[in-house]
Amino acid sequence: MRKPLGLLLLSLLLAPEVWAETPEIPLVIKDHRFEPATVKVPANTKVMLVVENRDATPEEFESHDLHREKVIAGGKTAKIAVGPLKPGTYKFFGEFHEDTAQGAVVVE
Amino acid sequence: MLSALIIVFREVLEAALVIGIVCAATRGVRGRGVMVTLGIGAGVVGAVLVALGAERIAALAAGMGQELFNAAILLTVVVMLGAHILWMSRHGEALARDAGRAGESVRTGQKPPRILAALVGLAVLREGSEVVLFLYGIAASGATVGAMFAGSAAGIVLGALVGLALYSGLLTVPSRHLFAVSSILLSLLAAGMAGQAAKFLIQADYLPALGYLWDTSWLVSNDSVSGRVLGTLVGYEAEPAGTQVLFYLAVIGVLVGGTWGVQRTRRAPVHP
Repeated sequence: MRKPLGLLLLSLLLAPEVWAETPEIPLVIKDHRFEPATVKVPANTKVMLVVENRDATPEEFESHDLHREKVIAGGKTAKIAVGPLKPGTYKFFGEFHEDTAQGAVVVE
Repeated sequence: MLSALIIVFREVLEAALVIGIVCAATRGVRGRGVMVTLGIGAGVVGAVLVALGAERIAALAAGMGQELFNAAILLTVVVMLGAHILWMSRHGEALARDAGRAGESVRTGQKPPRILAALVGLAVLREGSEVVLFLYGIAASGATVGAMFAGSAAGIVLGALVGLALYSGLLTVPSRHLFAVSSILLSLLAAGMAGQAAKFLIQADYLPALGYLWDTSWLVSNDSVSGRVLGTLVGYEAEPAGTQVLFYLAVIGVLVGGTWGVQRTRRAPVHP
């Protein structure tokens, strides 16, 4: 019973190379700001936001519109799967520095 | 310093609420203080280890390792809570009856389930790893470390106090009702955690969201203190995904059904 379960779990970890085809969109956090502040994404497409935190301190990428929140340690990069999205503007922010870290995903 | 306080407080608060309920639910069970303390200690050690390995964990599963790890921990805690709730429904009524008296029979009779320590440990590990990561990040940046650590320490103390307040409040529940109240609270805790696990699996793109059913952020926002408290205690989510609601209801259903099944077995006449 344990062996097949273990294999299943392992395959779950290794499986998602389906994401290898997902277009990656880079985003940088620097001086507690997002660069670029506006990210363009094609409609009805799954994309992978690749967020690089160039600050020394952690930041939490958060978006109510996209239903995503992820803490990114200082100097590290994190991937956030997003979409497929209908056309519109989806705001996101850095929860630890909300006054300066603001941005939006514009889907067209 | 204030931002450190708020961030640390919110994480510690969630763990403290879980610990408070578990402690109140196991009042009268011999050795549970030791179990809980061991659990907290193990959880803190685990949190440090997880924080150290955070980058490796995150890189797993095409960058979704963090979400999968969180979901796995949460679901493990859900299973443990479920096992504990069912254990309570077998033994709980005896505990509730006798907890009022200083009966030796209760104190010597019931072993504290080891699962308690593991449950507490995992809850502390999950919340704690985020705190450790945050504190490490602050330390690495170097600036105003003193104020940041003071804020964090204050956050830990405040979070612990809220947990203590919940525990004390639960202690005022009359012994004969404590069993039922605890079972309900633990079930809601488990259901909420299952909902959180679903949220992580949706974010990792392992599960579909199945639509977002309503938005009560205008009433209670997820990030507010009341939102966090409700989130932990009853699994409140301002804008829940359909899949999240399904997980929540499934856990409630399994626990209600399981408890009912256990009660039926207990009441069935025993044929020697």
